[in-house]
Amino acid sequence: MKRAPSLRKFAAAPHLVWSVLFIIAPLLFVAYYAFTDSTGAFTLSNIAALTSANYRMTFMRSISYSLIATVICLVIAYPVAYIIARSRKHVQGTLIMLIMLPMWMNLLIRTYSWMAIIQDTGFLNEILNAVGLPKIHIINTPGAVVLGMVYNYLPYMILPIYSVIVKIDHRLIEAAKDLGASGLQVLTKITLPLSISGIISGITMVFVPSISTFYISQKLGGGNYDMIGDAIERQFMSNYNYNLGAAMSFVLMILILLCMALMNRFSDDDAETGGMII
Amino acid sequence: MKVLSKLCMFLVFFFLYAPIIVLILFSFNAGRSTGVFSGFSLYWYKEIFQNRTALNALLNSLILALSSAGIATVLGTAAAAGLHKFRGKYTKAVIMNVTNVPMMNPDIVTGVSMMLLFVFIGRALGASNSLNFATLLIAHVTFNLPYVIVSVLPKFKQMDKNLPEAALDLGCTPLQAFFKIEIPQIMPGIFTGFVMAVTLSIDDFVISHFTSSGFQTLPLLIYSMTKKTVTPDMYALSTLIFVTILLLMLLSNLPSFADQRKENKRIRKASQKKG
Repeated sequence: MKRAPSLRKFAAAPHLVWSVLFIIAPLLFVAYYAFTDSTGAFTLSNIAALTSANYRMTFMRSISYSLIATVICLVIAYPVAYIIARSRKHVQGTLIMLIMLPMWMNLLIRTYSWMAIIQDTGFLNEILNAVGLPKIHIINTPGAVVLGMVYNYLPYMILPIYSVIVKIDHRLIEAAKDLGASGLQVLTKITLPLSISGIISGITMVFVPSISTFYISQKLGGGNYDMIGDAIERQFMSNYNYNLGAAMSFVLMILILLCMALMNRFSDDDAETGGMII
Repeated sequence: MKVLSKLCMFLVFFFLYAPIIVLILFSFNAGRSTGVFSGFSLYWYKEIFQNRTALNALLNSLILALSSAGIATVLGTAAAAGLHKFRGKYTKAVIMNVTNVPMMNPDIVTGVSMMLLFVFIGRALGASNSLNFATLLIAHVTFNLPYVIVSVLPKFKQMDKNLPEAALDLGCTPLQAFFKIEIPQIMPGIFTGFVMAVTLSIDDFVISHFTSSGFQTLPLLIYSMTKKTVTPDMYALSTLIFVTILLLMLLSNLPSFADQRKENKRIRKASQKKG
Protein backbone atom coordinates (compact mmCIF):
# COMPACT_ATOMS: atom_id res chain seq x y z
CA MET A 1 0.00 0.00 0.00
CA LYS A 2 1.38 3.37 -0.92
CA ARG A 3 0.63 6.41 1.23
CA ALA A 4 -0.18 9.83 -0.13
CA PRO A 5 2.97 11.93 -0.57
CA SER A 6 3.87 13.52 2.72
CA LEU A 7 3.39 17.22 3.28
CA ARG A 8 5.99 16.92 5.98
CA LYS A 9 8.68 18.75 4.03
CA PHE A 10 6.65 21.93 4.28
CA ALA A 11 7.33 22.04 8.02
CA ALA A 12 10.72 23.46 7.05
CA ALA A 13 9.11 26.25 5.04
CA PRO A 14 8.90 28.89 7.82
CA HIS A 15 12.55 28.32 8.58
CA LEU A 16 13.49 28.67 4.91
CA VAL A 17 11.60 31.95 4.62
CA TRP A 18 13.26 33.12 7.85
CA SER A 19 16.73 32.17 6.56
CA VAL A 20 16.23 34.05 3.30
CA LEU A 21 14.90 37.15 5.08
CA PHE A 22 17.28 37.30 8.03
CA ILE A 23 20.42 35.44 6.99
CA ILE A 24 20.80 35.82 3.23
CA ALA A 25 19.25 39.28 2.81
CA PRO A 26 21.40 40.89 5.55
CA LEU A 27 24.56 39.48 3.98
CA LEU A 28 23.50 40.89 0.62
CA PHE A 29 23.05 44.23 2.35
CA VAL A 30 26.61 44.06 3.66
CA ALA A 31 27.83 43.56 0.09
CA TYR A 32 25.49 46.30 -1.19
CA TYR A 33 26.69 48.87 1.36
CA ALA A 34 30.32 47.84 0.89
CA PHE A 35 30.23 48.62 -2.83
CA THR A 36 28.13 51.79 -2.80
CA ASP A 37 28.62 55.32 -1.52
CA SER A 38 26.21 57.26 0.69
CA THR A 39 24.05 58.16 -2.33
CA GLY A 40 23.74 54.51 -3.36
CA ALA A 41 25.99 54.72 -6.45
CA PHE A 42 28.45 51.90 -7.16
CA THR A 43 31.97 52.55 -5.92
CA LEU A 44 35.14 50.70 -4.97
CA SER A 45 36.40 53.53 -2.79
CA ASN A 46 35.30 51.84 0.47
CA ILE A 47 37.38 48.78 -0.29
CA ALA A 48 40.22 50.98 -1.57
CA ALA A 49 40.17 52.96 1.70
CA LEU A 50 41.02 49.76 3.56
CA THR A 51 44.40 49.54 1.85
CA SER A 52 45.64 52.63 3.69
CA ALA A 53 48.58 52.06 6.02
CA ASN A 54 46.36 52.56 9.05
CA TYR A 55 43.80 49.90 8.14
CA ARG A 56 46.46 47.54 6.87
CA MET A 57 48.03 47.80 10.31
CA THR A 58 44.69 47.10 11.98
CA PHE A 59 44.09 44.00 9.88
CA MET A 60 47.61 42.70 10.41
CA ARG A 61 47.34 43.30 14.14
CA SER A 62 44.03 41.45 14.39
CA ILE A 63 45.35 38.52 12.43
CA SER A 64 48.60 38.24 14.38
CA TYR A 65 47.06 38.69 17.87
CA SER A 66 44.34 36.16 17.18
CA LEU A 67 46.82 33.68 15.71
CA ILE A 68 49.01 34.00 18.81
CA ALA A 69 45.96 33.61 21.08
CA THR A 70 44.84 30.53 19.11
CA VAL A 71 48.27 28.89 19.39
CA ILE A 72 48.47 29.59 23.15
CA CYS A 73 44.94 28.20 23.60
CA LEU A 74 45.90 25.05 21.70
CA VAL A 75 49.07 24.54 23.74
CA ILE A 76 47.17 24.92 27.02
CA ALA A 77 43.98 23.15 25.93
CA TYR A 78 45.44 19.95 24.51
CA PRO A 79 47.04 18.64 27.71
CA VAL A 80 44.02 19.79 29.72
CA ALA A 81 41.58 18.05 27.38
CA TYR A 82 43.79 14.96 27.44
CA ILE A 83 43.95 14.84 31.23
CA ILE A 84 40.18 15.29 31.52
CA ALA A 85 39.46 12.62 28.91
CA ARG A 86 41.75 10.16 30.73
CA SER A 87 40.29 10.74 34.20
CA ARG A 88 37.50 8.65 35.72
CA LYS A 89 34.03 8.97 34.18
CA HIS A 90 32.27 10.84 36.97
CA VAL A 91 35.26 13.13 37.52
CA GLN A 92 35.12 14.00 33.81
CA GLY A 93 31.57 15.34 34.10
CA THR A 94 32.52 17.58 37.01
CA LEU A 95 35.67 18.87 35.33
CA ILE A 96 33.83 19.68 32.09
CA MET A 97 31.15 21.48 34.09
CA LEU A 98 33.87 23.51 35.82
CA ILE A 99 35.39 24.40 32.44
CA MET A 100 32.02 25.56 31.10
CA LEU A 101 30.84 27.39 34.21
CA PRO A 102 32.82 30.64 33.71
CA MET A 103 31.28 31.02 30.25
CA TRP A 104 27.90 31.60 31.86
CA MET A 105 29.18 34.73 33.52
CA ASN A 106 29.02 37.79 31.34
CA LEU A 107 32.14 38.22 29.21
CA LEU A 108 32.22 41.99 29.66
CA ILE A 109 32.23 41.87 33.43
CA ARG A 110 34.87 39.13 33.55
CA THR A 111 37.08 41.17 31.26
CA TYR A 112 36.50 44.21 33.46
CA SER A 113 37.51 42.12 36.45
CA TRP A 114 40.81 41.26 34.75
CA MET A 115 41.62 44.96 34.77
CA ALA A 116 41.72 44.92 38.57
CA ILE A 117 44.12 41.99 38.46
CA ILE A 118 46.64 43.18 35.88
CA GLN A 119 46.65 46.91 36.62
CA ASP A 120 50.01 48.37 37.61
CA THR A 121 48.68 48.57 41.16
CA GLY A 122 46.58 45.42 40.80
CA PHE A 123 46.59 42.04 42.51
CA LEU A 124 49.24 40.46 40.33
CA ASN A 125 51.75 43.20 41.03
CA GLU A 126 50.90 43.19 44.73
CA ILE A 127 51.61 39.47 44.88
CA LEU A 128 54.84 39.92 42.93
CA ASN A 129 55.77 42.74 45.26
CA ALA A 130 55.04 40.66 48.35
CA VAL A 131 57.37 37.87 47.25
CA GLY A 132 60.04 40.38 46.32
CA LEU A 133 59.81 40.19 42.53
CA PRO A 134 59.90 43.26 40.28
CA LYS A 135 56.58 44.65 39.06
CA ILE A 136 55.40 43.89 35.54
CA HIS A 137 53.46 46.20 33.29
CA ILE A 138 50.75 44.27 31.47
CA ILE A 139 47.67 46.43 31.12
CA ASN A 140 47.42 48.45 27.90
CA THR A 141 49.98 46.24 26.16
CA PRO A 142 49.43 43.79 23.28
CA GLY A 143 50.08 41.04 25.84
CA ALA A 144 47.01 42.09 27.81
CA VAL A 145 44.83 41.89 24.68
CA VAL A 146 46.10 38.40 23.90
CA LEU A 147 45.60 37.41 27.56
CA GLY A 148 41.98 38.55 27.33
CA MET A 149 41.41 36.50 24.19
CA VAL A 150 43.05 33.37 25.62
CA TYR A 151 41.03 33.72 28.81
CA ASN A 152 37.69 34.20 27.08
CA TYR A 153 38.01 31.57 24.37
CA LEU A 154 40.08 28.83 26.06
CA PRO A 155 37.00 26.70 26.89
CA TYR A 156 36.07 26.68 23.18
CA MET A 157 39.38 24.94 22.50
CA ILE A 158 39.23 22.50 25.43
CA LEU A 159 35.69 21.21 24.80
CA PRO A 160 35.95 20.03 21.16
CA ILE A 161 39.38 18.44 21.74
CA TYR A 162 38.08 16.69 24.86
CA SER A 163 35.03 15.37 23.01
CA VAL A 164 37.27 13.78 20.38
CA ILE A 165 39.92 12.34 22.70
CA VAL A 166 37.29 10.78 24.94
CA LYS A 167 35.96 8.81 21.97
CA ILE A 168 39.35 7.35 20.98
CA ASP A 169 39.25 3.59 21.33
CA HIS A 170 41.53 2.81 24.26
CA ARG A 171 42.44 -0.55 22.73
CA LEU A 172 44.34 1.29 19.97
CA ILE A 173 46.61 2.84 22.58
CA GLU A 174 47.04 -0.47 24.40
CA ALA A 175 47.87 -2.18 21.13
CA ALA A 176 50.47 0.46 20.32
CA LYS A 177 52.02 0.01 23.77
CA ASP A 178 52.00 -3.77 23.42
CA LEU A 179 53.82 -3.37 20.14
CA GLY A 180 56.52 -1.40 21.90
CA ALA A 181 55.58 2.22 21.28
CA SER A 182 56.88 4.74 23.81
CA GLY A 183 54.55 7.25 25.47
CA LEU A 184 55.69 9.92 23.08
CA GLN A 185 55.15 7.67 20.07
CA VAL A 186 51.63 6.83 21.23
CA LEU A 187 50.92 10.54 21.45
CA THR A 188 52.34 11.51 18.06
CA LYS A 189 51.27 8.40 16.13
CA ILE A 190 47.88 7.57 17.69
CA THR A 191 46.31 10.20 19.92
CA LEU A 192 47.29 13.32 18.02
CA PRO A 193 46.24 12.13 14.53
CA LEU A 194 42.94 10.83 15.89
CA SER A 195 42.16 14.14 17.57
CA ILE A 196 42.82 16.32 14.52
CA SER A 197 39.12 17.00 13.90
CA GLY A 198 38.70 18.31 17.44
CA ILE A 199 41.79 20.48 17.09
CA ILE A 200 40.49 21.90 13.82
CA SER A 201 37.09 22.83 15.25
CA GLY A 202 38.78 24.21 18.37
CA ILE A 203 41.02 26.41 16.23
CA THR A 204 38.07 27.84 14.30
CA MET A 205 36.06 28.34 17.48
CA VAL A 206 38.90 30.36 19.03
CA PHE A 207 40.23 32.12 15.96
CA VAL A 208 36.93 33.48 14.61
CA PRO A 209 35.75 35.25 17.78
CA SER A 210 39.32 36.41 18.55
CA ILE A 211 39.88 38.09 15.21
CA SER A 212 36.52 39.86 15.36
CA THR A 213 36.51 40.91 19.01
CA PHE A 214 36.02 44.56 19.79
CA TYR A 215 35.58 44.73 23.51
CA ILE A 216 38.68 43.04 24.89
CA SER A 217 41.08 45.31 23.02
CA GLN A 218 39.24 48.44 24.16
CA LYS A 219 39.38 47.47 27.84
CA LEU A 220 42.64 45.59 28.26
CA GLY A 221 44.53 47.33 25.46
CA GLY A 222 43.47 50.77 26.65
CA GLY A 223 42.27 51.65 23.13
CA ASN A 224 45.83 51.74 21.80
CA TYR A 225 45.61 48.55 19.81
CA ASP A 226 42.72 48.81 17.41
CA MET A 227 41.42 45.53 16.07
CA ILE A 228 39.14 45.02 13.04
CA GLY A 229 36.20 44.69 15.40
CA ASP A 230 36.94 48.06 17.00
CA ALA A 231 37.24 49.71 13.60
CA ILE A 232 33.91 48.22 12.44
CA GLU A 233 32.16 49.18 15.64
CA ARG A 234 33.39 52.75 15.39
CA GLN A 235 32.06 53.15 11.84
CA PHE A 236 28.61 51.95 12.87
CA MET A 237 28.27 53.42 16.34
CA SER A 238 30.14 56.73 16.28
CA ASN A 239 31.27 57.73 12.76
CA TYR A 240 28.05 56.53 11.10
CA ASN A 241 29.91 55.63 7.93
CA TYR A 242 27.94 52.45 7.22
CA ASN A 243 29.53 51.99 3.80
CA LEU A 244 33.07 51.87 5.15
CA GLY A 245 31.94 49.68 8.08
CA ALA A 246 30.22 47.30 5.66
CA ALA A 247 33.36 47.13 3.52
CA MET A 248 35.40 46.10 6.58
CA SER A 249 32.83 43.49 7.58
CA PHE A 250 32.83 42.18 4.02
CA VAL A 251 36.61 41.79 3.97
CA LEU A 252 36.59 40.21 7.44
CA MET A 253 33.97 37.71 6.28
CA ILE A 254 35.97 36.78 3.17
CA LEU A 255 39.10 36.42 5.31
CA ILE A 256 37.33 34.04 7.67
CA LEU A 257 35.78 32.03 4.84
CA LEU A 258 39.26 31.57 3.36
CA CYS A 259 40.65 30.45 6.73
CA MET A 260 37.82 27.96 7.16
CA ALA A 261 38.30 26.56 3.67
CA LEU A 262 41.98 26.17 4.48
CA MET A 263 41.22 24.47 7.81
CA ASN A 264 38.73 22.10 6.20
CA ARG A 265 41.42 20.87 3.84
CA PHE A 266 43.33 19.61 6.89
CA SER A 267 40.49 17.50 8.24
CA ASP A 268 39.00 14.84 6.00
CA ASP A 269 36.30 14.05 8.55
CA ASP A 270 33.03 15.85 8.16
CA ALA A 271 32.54 18.62 10.66
CA GLU A 272 29.77 16.77 12.48
CA THR A 273 32.02 14.24 14.17
CA GLY A 274 34.50 16.74 15.57
CA GLY A 275 32.17 19.61 16.19
CA MET A 276 30.80 20.16 19.61
CA ILE A 277 28.96 23.32 20.33
CA ILE A 278 29.22 24.92 23.76
CA MET B 1 53.13 12.27 35.96
CA LYS B 2 50.07 12.27 38.22
CA VAL B 3 51.42 15.28 40.14
CA LEU B 4 52.26 17.09 36.92
CA SER B 5 48.76 16.69 35.50
CA LYS B 6 47.19 17.76 38.79
CA LEU B 7 49.38 20.87 38.80
CA CYS B 8 48.42 21.57 35.18
CA MET B 9 44.69 21.31 35.98
CA PHE B 10 45.11 23.49 39.05
CA LEU B 11 46.84 26.25 37.07
CA VAL B 12 44.20 26.22 34.32
CA PHE B 13 41.33 26.36 36.79
CA PHE B 14 43.10 29.10 38.71
CA PHE B 15 43.42 31.06 35.47
CA LEU B 16 39.77 30.51 34.54
CA TYR B 17 38.43 31.41 37.97
CA ALA B 18 40.82 34.22 39.00
CA PRO B 19 38.65 37.07 37.66
CA ILE B 20 35.53 35.43 39.06
CA ILE B 21 37.08 35.14 42.51
CA VAL B 22 38.17 38.79 42.33
CA LEU B 23 34.68 39.75 41.22
CA ILE B 24 33.00 37.88 44.06
CA LEU B 25 35.47 39.37 46.54
CA PHE B 26 34.73 42.92 45.42
CA SER B 27 30.98 42.38 45.53
CA PHE B 28 31.53 42.36 49.32
CA ASN B 29 33.57 45.56 49.25
CA ALA B 30 32.56 48.26 51.69
CA GLY B 31 33.85 50.99 49.36
CA ARG B 32 32.74 52.00 45.86
CA SER B 33 35.88 50.71 44.18
CA THR B 34 36.33 47.55 42.13
CA GLY B 35 40.10 47.79 42.56
CA VAL B 36 40.78 48.63 46.22
CA PHE B 37 39.25 46.49 48.94
CA SER B 38 38.30 48.59 51.96
CA GLY B 39 36.44 46.12 54.17
CA PHE B 40 33.73 43.48 54.15
CA SER B 41 30.13 44.58 53.73
CA LEU B 42 26.83 43.32 52.34
CA TYR B 43 25.93 46.88 51.32
CA TRP B 44 26.00 46.24 47.55
CA TYR B 45 23.72 43.22 47.87
CA LYS B 46 21.13 45.47 49.49
CA GLU B 47 21.84 48.16 46.93
CA ILE B 48 21.31 45.94 43.89
CA PHE B 49 17.72 45.20 44.90
CA GLN B 50 17.05 48.95 44.91
CA ASN B 51 18.72 49.47 41.55
CA ARG B 52 15.69 49.70 39.23
CA THR B 53 17.80 50.02 36.06
CA ALA B 54 19.73 46.84 36.77
CA LEU B 55 16.68 44.82 37.81
CA ASN B 56 14.79 46.04 34.77
CA ALA B 57 17.68 45.08 32.50
CA LEU B 58 17.77 41.62 34.08
CA LEU B 59 14.03 41.23 33.52
CA ASN B 60 14.42 42.42 29.91
CA SER B 61 17.18 39.88 29.34
CA LEU B 62 14.96 37.09 30.67
CA ILE B 63 11.98 38.18 28.56
CA LEU B 64 14.14 38.36 25.44
CA ALA B 65 15.89 35.05 26.11
CA LEU B 66 12.71 33.08 26.85
CA SER B 67 10.74 34.52 23.94
CA SER B 68 13.52 34.24 21.37
CA ALA B 69 14.41 30.72 22.54
CA GLY B 70 10.73 29.74 22.45
CA ILE B 71 10.23 30.99 18.89
CA ALA B 72 13.54 29.49 17.75
CA THR B 73 12.65 26.13 19.32
CA VAL B 74 9.27 25.93 17.54
CA LEU B 75 10.67 27.11 14.19
CA GLY B 76 13.78 24.98 14.52
CA THR B 77 11.94 21.79 15.54
CA ALA B 78 9.52 22.20 12.63
CA ALA B 79 12.47 22.83 10.32
CA ALA B 80 14.28 19.70 11.59
CA ALA B 81 11.08 17.65 11.14
CA GLY B 82 10.86 18.82 7.53
CA LEU B 83 14.56 18.61 6.74
CA HIS B 84 14.66 15.07 8.11
CA LYS B 85 12.32 14.02 5.28
CA PHE B 86 14.20 15.89 2.56
CA ARG B 87 15.43 13.46 -0.07
CA GLY B 88 17.47 15.86 -2.22
CA LYS B 89 20.98 15.64 -0.75
CA TYR B 90 22.14 18.79 -2.53
CA THR B 91 19.21 21.00 -1.47
CA LYS B 92 19.54 19.76 2.07
CA ALA B 93 23.26 20.57 2.16
CA VAL B 94 22.60 24.08 0.84
CA ILE B 95 19.87 24.68 3.44
CA MET B 96 22.07 23.38 6.28
CA ASN B 97 24.96 25.60 5.17
CA VAL B 98 22.74 28.68 5.10
CA THR B 99 21.30 27.71 8.50
CA ASN B 100 24.78 27.45 9.97
CA VAL B 101 25.91 30.86 8.71
CA PRO B 102 25.14 32.68 12.00
CA MET B 103 27.06 29.98 13.86
CA MET B 104 30.15 30.34 11.63
CA ASN B 105 30.10 34.07 11.01
CA PRO B 106 31.69 36.29 13.65
CA ASP B 107 29.04 37.86 15.87
CA ILE B 108 30.02 41.33 14.79
CA VAL B 109 29.30 40.54 11.13
CA THR B 110 25.94 38.97 12.00
CA GLY B 111 25.07 42.02 14.10
CA VAL B 112 26.19 44.53 11.50
CA SER B 113 24.45 42.72 8.64
CA MET B 114 21.12 42.66 10.48
CA MET B 115 21.52 46.27 11.49
CA LEU B 116 21.99 47.24 7.84
CA LEU B 117 18.84 45.32 6.87
CA PHE B 118 16.76 46.91 9.63
CA VAL B 119 18.10 50.41 8.97
CA PHE B 120 17.45 50.05 5.25
CA ILE B 121 13.87 48.88 5.80
CA GLY B 122 13.36 51.52 8.48
CA ARG B 123 14.49 54.28 6.13
CA ALA B 124 12.33 52.93 3.33
CA LEU B 125 9.34 53.05 5.66
CA GLY B 126 10.30 56.52 6.84
CA ALA B 127 10.70 55.53 10.49
CA SER B 128 12.89 57.80 12.59
CA ASN B 129 14.29 54.89 14.61
CA SER B 130 14.44 51.56 12.87
CA LEU B 131 15.72 49.50 15.82
CA ASN B 132 13.41 48.32 18.60
CA PHE B 133 12.44 45.22 20.57
CA ALA B 134 11.14 43.47 17.43
CA THR B 135 14.47 43.83 15.61
CA LEU B 136 16.33 42.58 18.68
CA LEU B 137 13.97 39.61 18.95
CA ILE B 138 14.40 38.77 15.25
CA ALA B 139 18.19 38.93 15.62
CA HIS B 140 18.16 36.62 18.64
CA VAL B 141 15.82 34.09 17.01
CA THR B 142 18.12 34.08 13.97
CA PHE B 143 21.29 33.24 15.87
CA ASN B 144 19.46 30.74 18.10
CA LEU B 145 17.93 28.78 15.22
CA PRO B 146 21.01 26.83 14.05
CA TYR B 147 21.71 25.64 17.61
CA VAL B 148 18.16 24.31 17.96
CA ILE B 149 18.28 22.57 14.57
CA VAL B 150 21.71 21.09 15.28
CA SER B 151 20.46 19.56 18.54
CA VAL B 152 17.07 18.34 17.23
CA LEU B 153 18.01 16.93 13.82
CA PRO B 154 20.22 14.08 15.13
CA LYS B 155 17.39 12.94 17.41
CA PHE B 156 15.14 12.45 14.36
CA LYS B 157 17.89 10.40 12.75
CA GLN B 158 18.35 8.24 15.87
CA MET B 159 14.61 7.63 16.23
CA ASP B 160 13.25 4.21 15.29
CA LYS B 161 11.59 4.80 11.91
CA ASN B 162 9.10 2.00 12.54
CA LEU B 163 7.46 3.82 15.46
CA PRO B 164 5.67 6.54 13.45
CA GLU B 165 4.97 3.95 10.74
CA ALA B 166 3.28 1.74 13.29
CA ALA B 167 1.24 4.65 14.58
CA LEU B 168 0.05 5.42 11.06
CA ASP B 169 -0.83 1.76 10.45
CA LEU B 170 -2.84 1.74 13.63
CA GLY B 171 -4.92 4.64 12.35
CA CYS B 172 -3.20 7.77 13.60
CA THR B 173 -3.29 10.78 11.33
CA PRO B 174 0.20 12.04 10.37
CA LEU B 175 -0.22 14.96 12.78
CA GLN B 176 -1.23 12.67 15.64
CA ALA B 177 1.73 10.40 14.91
CA PHE B 178 4.02 13.40 14.95
CA PHE B 179 2.82 14.87 18.23
CA LYS B 180 2.17 11.63 20.10
CA ILE B 181 5.08 9.50 18.89
CA GLU B 182 7.85 11.62 17.40
CA ILE B 183 7.81 14.65 19.70
CA PRO B 184 8.26 12.56 22.89
CA GLN B 185 11.12 10.69 21.17
CA ILE B 186 13.00 13.85 20.21
CA MET B 187 12.18 15.72 23.44
CA PRO B 188 15.75 15.58 24.83
CA GLY B 189 17.00 17.29 21.66
CA ILE B 190 14.31 19.96 21.86
CA PHE B 191 15.17 20.56 25.50
CA THR B 192 18.92 20.86 24.83
CA GLY B 193 18.23 23.24 21.95
CA PHE B 194 15.98 25.41 24.09
CA VAL B 195 18.45 25.59 26.98
CA MET B 196 21.30 26.41 24.60
CA ALA B 197 19.21 29.13 22.96
CA VAL B 198 18.31 30.66 26.34
CA THR B 199 21.93 30.78 27.52
CA LEU B 200 23.22 32.16 24.21
CA SER B 201 20.56 34.82 24.19
CA ILE B 202 21.08 35.88 27.82
CA ASP B 203 24.80 36.10 27.27
CA ASP B 204 24.76 37.88 23.93
CA PHE B 205 26.22 41.33 23.85
CA VAL B 206 27.69 41.90 20.38
CA ILE B 207 24.62 41.21 18.24
CA SER B 208 22.31 43.04 20.67
CA HIS B 209 24.68 46.00 20.59
CA PHE B 210 23.99 46.48 16.89
CA THR B 211 20.32 45.53 16.69
CA SER B 212 18.74 47.15 19.72
CA SER B 213 17.93 50.63 20.83
CA GLY B 214 15.85 51.51 23.84
CA PHE B 215 15.40 47.92 25.02
CA GLN B 216 18.27 47.49 27.47
CA THR B 217 19.39 44.00 28.38
CA LEU B 218 21.85 43.18 31.15
CA PRO B 219 24.92 42.82 28.88
CA LEU B 220 24.06 46.14 27.21
CA LEU B 221 23.74 47.82 30.61
CA ILE B 222 27.06 46.35 31.75
CA TYR B 223 28.69 47.59 28.53
CA SER B 224 27.46 51.12 29.05
CA MET B 225 28.67 50.98 32.65
CA THR B 226 32.14 49.66 31.79
CA LYS B 227 32.62 52.72 29.60
CA LYS B 228 32.68 54.78 32.80
CA THR B 229 32.97 52.87 36.07
CA VAL B 230 31.34 49.73 37.30
CA THR B 231 30.05 49.88 40.87
CA PRO B 232 30.23 46.74 43.02
CA ASP B 233 26.44 46.32 42.87
CA MET B 234 26.87 44.91 39.34
CA TYR B 235 29.43 42.51 40.82
CA ALA B 236 26.87 41.55 43.45
CA LEU B 237 24.27 40.88 40.75
CA SER B 238 26.77 38.84 38.70
CA THR B 239 27.69 36.84 41.80
CA LEU B 240 24.03 36.07 42.48
CA ILE B 241 23.51 34.97 38.86
CA PHE B 242 26.68 32.87 39.00
CA VAL B 243 25.58 31.12 42.20
CA THR B 244 22.12 30.49 40.72
CA ILE B 245 23.60 28.87 37.61
CA LEU B 246 26.00 26.82 39.72
CA LEU B 247 23.09 25.52 41.80
CA LEU B 248 21.03 24.76 38.67
CA MET B 249 23.91 22.82 37.19
CA LEU B 250 24.47 20.88 40.40
CA LEU B 251 20.76 20.06 40.63
CA SER B 252 20.58 18.92 37.02
CA ASN B 253 23.62 16.73 37.57
CA LEU B 254 22.35 15.17 40.80
CA PRO B 255 20.24 12.49 39.11
CA SER B 256 23.19 11.38 37.00
CA PHE B 257 25.40 11.32 40.09
CA ALA B 258 22.84 9.10 41.81
CA ASP B 259 22.69 6.86 38.74
CA GLN B 260 26.45 6.69 38.73
CA ARG B 261 26.53 5.60 42.35
CA LYS B 262 23.92 2.89 41.72
CA GLU B 263 25.85 1.75 38.68
CA ASN B 264 29.07 1.57 40.71
CA LYS B 265 27.31 -0.47 43.40
CA ARG B 266 25.90 -2.84 40.78
CA ILE B 267 29.33 -3.35 39.23
CA ARG B 268 30.90 -3.91 42.63
CA LYS B 269 28.26 -6.50 43.55
CA ALA B 270 28.62 -8.25 40.23
CA SER B 271 32.37 -8.46 40.58
CA GLN B 272 32.03 -9.71 44.17
CA LYS B 273 29.75 -12.49 42.99
CA LYS B 274 32.21 -13.43 40.34
CA GLY B 275 35.07 -13.37 42.82
